[in-house]
Amino acid sequence: MSDHAPMDSHDQAHVDWGTYKWVALVLFVMTVVEVWVYYIPAFVATPWFVPTILILGAIKFAIVVMFYMHLKYDKKLFRALFVGPLLIAVSILIALLFLFGQLGPHTK
Amino acid sequence: MATIVAPPSVARHQARYETGIWSWLATTDHKRIGKLYLYTSLLWFFVGGLEALLIRTQLWGPNGRFVTAETYNQLFTMHGTTMVFLVIMPFSAAFFNFLIPLQIGARDVAFPRLNAFSYWVFLLGGVFMNVSWLLHAAPDAGWFGYAPLTTKAYAPGINIDFWVLGLQILGLSSLAAAFNFITTIINLRAPGMDFMKMPVFTWMSFVTQFLLALSFPIITVAVTFLMLDRFYGTNFYTIAAGADPLLWQHLFWLFGHPEVYILILPAFGLVSEVLPIFSRKPLFGYSVMVYSAMVIAFLGFGVWAHHMFAVGMGRVADSAFAIMTMLIGIPTGVKIFNWIGTLWGGRLRFTTAMKFAIALIALFTIGGISGVMHSSPPSDLQQTDSYFIVAHFHYVLFGGSMMGLFAGLYFYYPKITGRLMSEKIGTVHFWMTFIGMNLTFFPMHFLGLNGMPRRTWTYDANQGWEMSNQMATVGAYLLGAATLLFAYNWFSSMKKGPVAGNDPWGAATLEWSIPSPPPDYNFAVIPTVTSRTPLWGADPGPGPVTYPAPAGNAAPPKTAAQLHITMPTATIKPLIAALGLGVMFTGLIWHKNMPVMLAGAAIFVASLYNWLLTPLEPEHH
Amino acid sequence: MATAALADAHAGEHHYTSTGLNSNKIAIWAFIGSECFFFASLISTYLIYKGKSVVGPFPHEAWTNPATGKVMPAILNIPVTSMSTFVLLMSSLFMVLAHAAVVRGDRKYSKIWLLATALAGATFLGFQAFEFTSFVHEGLGLTTNLFGSTFFVLTGFHGAHVTAGVLWLVTLLFIDYKRGLGPRDAINVDICALYWHFVDVVWIAIFALVYLIR
Repeated sequence: MSDHAPMDSHDQAHVDWGTYKWVALVLFVMTVVEVWVYYIPAFVATPWFVPTILILGAIKFAIVVMFYMHLKYDKKLFRALFVGPLLIAVSILIALLFLFGQLGPHTK
Repeated sequence: MATIVAPPSVARHQARYETGIWSWLATTDHKRIGKLYLYTSLLWFFVGGLEALLIRTQLWGPNGRFVTAETYNQLFTMHGTTMVFLVIMPFSAAFFNFLIPLQIGARDVAFPRLNAFSYWVFLLGGVFMNVSWLLHAAPDAGWFGYAPLTTKAYAPGINIDFWVLGLQILGLSSLAAAFNFITTIINLRAPGMDFMKMPVFTWMSFVTQFLLALSFPIITVAVTFLMLDRFYGTNFYTIAAGADPLLWQHLFWLFGHPEVYILILPAFGLVSEVLPIFSRKPLFGYSVMVYSAMVIAFLGFGVWAHHMFAVGMGRVADSAFAIMTMLIGIPTGVKIFNWIGTLWGGRLRFTTAMKFAIALIALFTIGGISGVMHSSPPSDLQQTDSYFIVAHFHYVLFGGSMMGLFAGLYFYYPKITGRLMSEKIGTVHFWMTFIGMNLTFFPMHFLGLNGMPRRTWTYDANQGWEMSNQMATVGAYLLGAATLLFAYNWFSSMKKGPVAGNDPWGAATLEWSIPSPPPDYNFAVIPTVTSRTPLWGADPGPGPVTYPAPAGNAAPPKTAAQLHITMPTATIKPLIAALGLGVMFTGLIWHKNMPVMLAGAAIFVASLYNWLLTPLEPEHH
Repeated sequence: MATAALADAHAGEHHYTSTGLNSNKIAIWAFIGSECFFFASLISTYLIYKGKSVVGPFPHEAWTNPATGKVMPAILNIPVTSMSTFVLLMSSLFMVLAHAAVVRGDRKYSKIWLLATALAGATFLGFQAFEFTSFVHEGLGLTTNLFGSTFFVLTGFHGAHVTAGVLWLVTLLFIDYKRGLGPRDAINVDICALYWHFVDVVWIAIFALVYLIR
């Protein structure tokens, strides 16, 4: 049993206080940007607004998962257990949005 | 290795749980839990079967009045719900429990107490849902409970409340078990057993656990929405508030389609164990069997709306789902050929288990062919909501899942009980079942194509439907008699059957290397594995001269204590936690009784804390 | 989880595992995979029903009640929710620091950071409670319209998950005070952390899809 967890504590060494600080800073800055951008009506009116929010959100999601949940440094098994279901779930979400007319050609 | 000495309080505690009813209530042994699932499923099989007989009696002739329309709705709803959730799934769970640790060379599952919890919650869910019969208010909107029909506006009675809450409870059981078996299969395989050396049943079960873990959250959400609508007035399915009548259908079938693979893959696994042994050949195309199961699971999340071809999704959606559905026929069909390849050129022995396994190949193929017919939307528009669909799914679920489960029950009976079932009675059971099944469901293809709709309590004369309905009813009664015979064989063989040794069949995998029934620790020494068929070595050999092989005189196995093996302690905590849930859900259905609900929640949380903070095994000293 | 696994680790030097990994950790990742589907279903429903409520209040635009003539402004409060989002994001940092402290056997800081995480979580819940009660006060309830139902159920389930996480953290903190959490407990703190970060990550998705996108 890995209670002494030589593997885990070794992985911990890869992610140190410096990295955590940067991750926190990046998360903070991205959130500020997201909210800032929300209050620019001219930008919100463009078709770039939604993709920007989605991309910023996705990057935040990815860095928390990769660094805080240290999926980047952990065994591939954990990556498989998470990324597989995530991809299928997101695909289903997108499919449902098409099926319910929230995405796709605008025929309102 | 340290000698295990439990502190005195633990030792006293343990003694109470060693024998009698407490040993069952407090068990954490996967083999006992497997037996609990098995016998509970068998009971529900008779309940669901009785419901079927009542349906078939009502449909014997035109304008039948054997039951009222309202009762008929309850019967077909409960028949479907029971057979899916309370029979096929838990029969499969019986095998997951009993067999997976044995096949992978482990002493138990990863989380023995969670395992017990899964069973008790399953028992609770089944009882909860069936208590509705006592109020003559059984769920009555089909096993798929389409909203808005199931909203309070159209189903004001307590019937659907039982359905909704019962399903939530059952969902918890399945989810807990899925996490348990995923961890077990990943982490507790014997040394040398790579994934591609695992027995095929374990592989099929592994894939099934992922389907469970990912599809049940979806139905949990769908049912939670319905629960909130019914109990607290939310608007998820309220058309007047702008809700979409298709939301339920999409969410339900997003669960429902993976669910049918959950229902069939374990049976495929059992058949894949049985066929090679009685062909004296390894399974043909092991890798293909494994990969095709993964492909089925993956694609299985992409075909759900083929249950909705008649709702008007549009050409693009219909085409997309049609293509995906046709695609998924490929990995499924491939398995049929692998099984045929296994049989081909083998030295075949037609034991009862073998007969059922071969029957699955034939009958599932028939069900699969009608399935492919449904995959084309124009064709399906004729077939949907007719008896053609009823024929299809009974061929795949009875002709497929049940036949596979029977094969497994006959094959593994000696391992479970230490005795052998009567092959003579087994043969009679087989033929009665095979004939009964085809007699019941084959005519339904014609009924459907001749226009008889599903879920209708009666039909008019002179539509050409009488003869097929009569044949189906006769077939159903034949199936009932066959199943009674099976139960007789099962129970009488426990006393009268010849004693089985480790391996009455000349089998190949680890579970056959240990005594029948296995000692609580399973393996005295955890084996190291170097091949897929450890017991066969290079050559299967001709197998026993007689099937089954007579037992040798083996010394009784040593106890865990003698072998210095630490076993998980028995504990009543999972049962208490399950009871807490029961109290909580009872409070909800009983006029949303908040004090009772809170009491139930408190019991659940307290027992959970107690359980999590108690070590699984006695401390070393 | 918690000390049950601790006891296992202690009692089970002879526990062989096929991967060399902790079973509880495998289980929590499997659970998180499953939770992806749970929250994806809730989020899908929210998005499916977005813009389809027959009556207001609405999230991002004002609504005039045709019966009373009363104008109900857009109900979401982005500044306040940005604060709570920030708090939750920081709580993930605290969680990571708590785990690091436990790994290096730092008894003082393990308590500080665990407490900080739990407090941040509780603060987030406080913000949620404030938000929910003010919405109800402003006329948006669970049953008011599609937006009310989907919003409260989605964020409510998320809040329930945060609550469970806070209880878990408090339990770990309690154990830390009672007998101390040392390096051999790191795996259990790790598992709590994985759950906690996942709950944070779900909120990132909700904040973007519910609050920011109009």
